[in-house]
Amino acid sequence: MSRDIAVIAVAQSDILRSTAEQSEVEMLMPVLHDVLDRTGLKTADIGFTCSGSCDYLAGRAFSFTLALDGVGAWPPISESHVEMDGAWALYEAWTKLLSGDADTALVYAYGKSSPGSVRDVLTRQLDPYYVAPLWPDSVALAALQAQALIDAGDTDEPALAEIAARSRATDNPRAQLRGSVPQGAYAVRPLRTGDCPPIGDGAAAVILAAGERARELCPRPAWIRGIDHRIEAHGLGVRDLTDSPSTRLAAEKAGAFERPVDTAELHAPFTSQEVVLRKALGLDDSVRVNPSGGALAANPMMAAGLIRIGEAASRIHRGESDRALAHATSGPCLQQNLVAVLEGDPR
Amino acid sequence: MSKEPVAVVGIGQTKHVAARRDVSIAGLVREAARRALDDAELTWADIDAVVIGKAPDFFEGVMMPELYLADALGAVGKPMLRVHTAGSVGGSTALVAANLVAARVHATVLTLAFEKQSESNAMWGLSLPIPFQQPLLAGAGGFFAPHVRAYMRRTGAPDTVGSLVAYKDRRNALKNPYAHLHEHDITLEKVQASPMLWDPIRYSETCPSSDGACAMVLTDRAGAARAPRPAAWMLGGAMRSEPTLFAGKDAVSPQAGKDCAADVYRQAGIADPRRDIDAVEMYVPFSWYEPMWLENLGFADEGEGWKLTESGVTELDGDLPVNMSGGVLSTNPIGASGMIRFAEAALQVRGQAGEHQVDGARKVLGHAYGGGSQFFSMWLVGSEPPDA
Repeated sequence: MSRDIAVIAVAQSDILRSTAEQSEVEMLMPVLHDVLDRTGLKTADIGFTCSGSCDYLAGRAFSFTLALDGVGAWPPISESHVEMDGAWALYEAWTKLLSGDADTALVYAYGKSSPGSVRDVLTRQLDPYYVAPLWPDSVALAALQAQALIDAGDTDEPALAEIAARSRATDNPRAQLRGSVPQGAYAVRPLRTGDCPPIGDGAAAVILAAGERARELCPRPAWIRGIDHRIEAHGLGVRDLTDSPSTRLAAEKAGAFERPVDTAELHAPFTSQEVVLRKALGLDDSVRVNPSGGALAANPMMAAGLIRIGEAASRIHRGESDRALAHATSGPCLQQNLVAVLEGDPR
Repeated sequence: MSKEPVAVVGIGQTKHVAARRDVSIAGLVREAARRALDDAELTWADIDAVVIGKAPDFFEGVMMPELYLADALGAVGKPMLRVHTAGSVGGSTALVAANLVAARVHATVLTLAFEKQSESNAMWGLSLPIPFQQPLLAGAGGFFAPHVRAYMRRTGAPDTVGSLVAYKDRRNALKNPYAHLHEHDITLEKVQASPMLWDPIRYSETCPSSDGACAMVLTDRAGAARAPRPAAWMLGGAMRSEPTLFAGKDAVSPQAGKDCAADVYRQAGIADPRRDIDAVEMYVPFSWYEPMWLENLGFADEGEGWKLTESGVTELDGDLPVNMSGGVLSTNPIGASGMIRFAEAALQVRGQAGEHQVDGARKVLGHAYGGGSQFFSMWLVGSEPPDA
């Protein structure tokens, strides 16, 4: 049994430093309407719905339950939720379509980082007994990784600055940081503010469809040729931070190495992490990396990975790519990684 | 298009207690996973992927704990998914794992759900104040009591029915070595004399707060053929959700629950659930939800559920046993509670339920719900594989 499944529509909000005047539902609803309008589908036409978000960002338990109201889940819908980036919600939806239980799926994700200190919040992801009580924050952990890369001779500070500058030289109107953005002072050596992602709020949504349904609804579907995700150990001391074996394995299982890709949308919140990912994925200069600006231009937690898949798919929809790789990450120092390979029909 | 049949070949759970101070969160989940692997006579290397679920992260104060638990669950180098669908999550987690097998993405999947409620206070974990939103009225009991009251008013059920359920479930728990509450001196009079908490819900008609984990090994037809003990076969499984708050919602018998059950019965070829299903493990955190769900799931006509309970049909030796394990009323590690229902259904059809085994149980329903009665997940398992 095998079914062809494609990303057929993509929508996202502007990514903003603060959305204090909006609830999560208010942030999400225009995006849901947008993605449905692009296909003409209504909520009741969707076979399966899956979302990704995180209670800790929202500051309340069961935060996703009210977002469901925005979907308009009446009559009742077949629906699920991952407490992860929306890229993994897309993975769950993809398996649901593969099994034949549904022909279409709506995937959405959102996150508001602005209400709290996201650096502090992310420390709660760490081992709760031995590491979290020390409050090592996400920037400090990324700086450890960056220093390991520099010590290994894999990069240097000027090279990191170039990654930052290229990422923000994007014409993506949804991006939070665009144009000439100074590299700034050190946040945690060797990372400068320019090496770190902006903190932002945002939402994204994607519609998947199987086989002929995808062709009916989209002129050039972005077929998911493979998708896989892998996790690594949590303890930073037992990992080689200059490498990402989980990304390499996920890419291999997703078929990324079978033929070259022309585009890669990488979820690398820190410049140094792009270095790690390029190496793990074997990307050379012939591949266009992060034309959207990537997470360095806009990093709405829990949606940023799904947006990478959406950006890769959009380029296929527009005929700007024939075979694209999309990547999402989760956890400290690239602990968990997902790779999807998307293709358009031959032209 | 045919799906791969899904078999449960390993089940493990911890002894559920108020506080497992002897183990970390990682130690707790590993204990259940290890028991499920032992039951299936498999090793960590035989597992292709891990699907884990739990209720809100605020219950333990760890954000996305699956990241930290990757090592403890042998997931390093494997795919690991984290499901969260409120109280129904244990069931949803099993269904997401089952779909990986059904879609032939993976052959053998470990699925696990847990809660270590002693790490914090669940009532306040649910009651973080959010501006401009309805507070949860100090825990779940305050939210659900008015719906119980509505059920009583709608059906004319006498106010003695709830205590019958609690008395039955607590006696059933005495036969389940993993159950949290083992009240050896339980009597109906003691249940009825317990303090009123949220009228009409009495103290003894509510669930405890537990630490615990439950795990299952799910596999394909080939995996089931190699299994050392009988498999439970998934005959149907579904999830349904509806909005939290809207004028058309029937909080007593939500449409999403009816639709979810109907989808499961359609997949499993169940024409008359009362006749075709041998036993039910349903999510009953407050005793009155047994008669309510009997109606919602189609085992009784509307307004008649309490009569089944009152007549003894749902007793362990009754015609339709409900919550043979002692149920959520006896054991409630919230995030795991749904998976325990699913696992108990599987134990029954495998003939592995020990003292609380129902003789001749061949088709058993596992049921979970969550949120404001808005998320439902269910599966029906059988002792025979589905028709090819």
